[in-house]
Amino acid sequence: MESVVAFSALAAGIMIGLGALGAGVGIGILGSKFLEGAARQPELVPMLQARMFLMLGLTDAVPIIAIAFAALLMFANPFLGQVG
Amino acid sequence: MAAATPAEYISHHIQNLTFGQHADGTWGVAHGAKEAAEMGFIALNLDTMFWSLLTGILFCYLFRVVARDASIDKPSRWQLCVEMVVEMVAGSVRDAFHGRNALIAPLALTIFVWIFLMNLMDLVPVDFIPFVSHLVGIEYMKMVPTTDVNATFGMSLSIFGLMVYYGIKVKGFGGFFGELAFHPFGKAFLPINLVLETVSMLAKPLSLSLRLFGNMFAGELVFVLIAALIPFWLQWALSVPWAIFHILVITLQAYIFMMLTIVYLGQSHESHD
Repeated sequence: MESVVAFSALAAGIMIGLGALGAGVGIGILGSKFLEGAARQPELVPMLQARMFLMLGLTDAVPIIAIAFAALLMFANPFLGQVG
Repeated sequence: MAAATPAEYISHHIQNLTFGQHADGTWGVAHGAKEAAEMGFIALNLDTMFWSLLTGILFCYLFRVVARDASIDKPSRWQLCVEMVVEMVAGSVRDAFHGRNALIAPLALTIFVWIFLMNLMDLVPVDFIPFVSHLVGIEYMKMVPTTDVNATFGMSLSIFGLMVYYGIKVKGFGGFFGELAFHPFGKAFLPINLVLETVSMLAKPLSLSLRLFGNMFAGELVFVLIAALIPFWLQWALSVPWAIFHILVITLQAYIFMMLTIVYLGQSHESHD
């Protein structure tokens, strides 16, 4: 029982951490490309910004799903009921 | 309603008002997460239903009133606001959808404004409405329907149904299943094609709903955590920046849901090549 809780806590931490890593690197690359494009062609900035926000939401999706599942493990752990 | 520990407060605030059949056969509202889980699949989340219907009716009523009283020489402020939203949605549909379908633009408008209004409920402070509803005797109240997986899956499964319906209508049965079976590799790799295409087709509604759910649930959870763990005189320091950031997330998620709906329905109207 304790090991289930311990491993769930560890799993939640790993899920959030790796998700944050992926999101951070991805959005960093996305943002840098946007700034580069904006510097080259300032007249395209509104269009580029709209597309960048769209891409941001898509890149953020899976890490945030991971956070939601980690929150599920923290507060309403489904594995607890299966032990014992 | 004073919970004994922060953990109790948090689990109280992420529990929906679930109506269903108890383990002993009587119908009623669940009194805890465990009871709600026992109710099974057919249990109904009353708070989700109420708030999603309320925001939907508000959206329809507001837009209807503006459309009815629309004037060209003296537009009211609401009319200008609605016109801005409609123009934005129409522009997005024009850019992303290359077929001929009169349903897409109103569908996109409904999705955008309805999801935005439902998400907007998250900016109401965590305890305001549950406090009032507790005075009336309602034990649990979650105001944001999109933090309930049922709501987001309901929307994305409807979109999935539309995708399949229009795919078959525009391309025919043979065309639709042919696309599943013969892309991306040739006819020789039929099983691999089927697996790849089916997985990617099923991933679309799944990711659509879970993206919205994850964003909204995480946002609401941070609000609840701030309410639970920070003393009352520090609340403003954390919840205001998070709320400001959340305004961006709300609008963005509604916009992304709308854009992806348009793109997926556009994909089902045109052929793969």
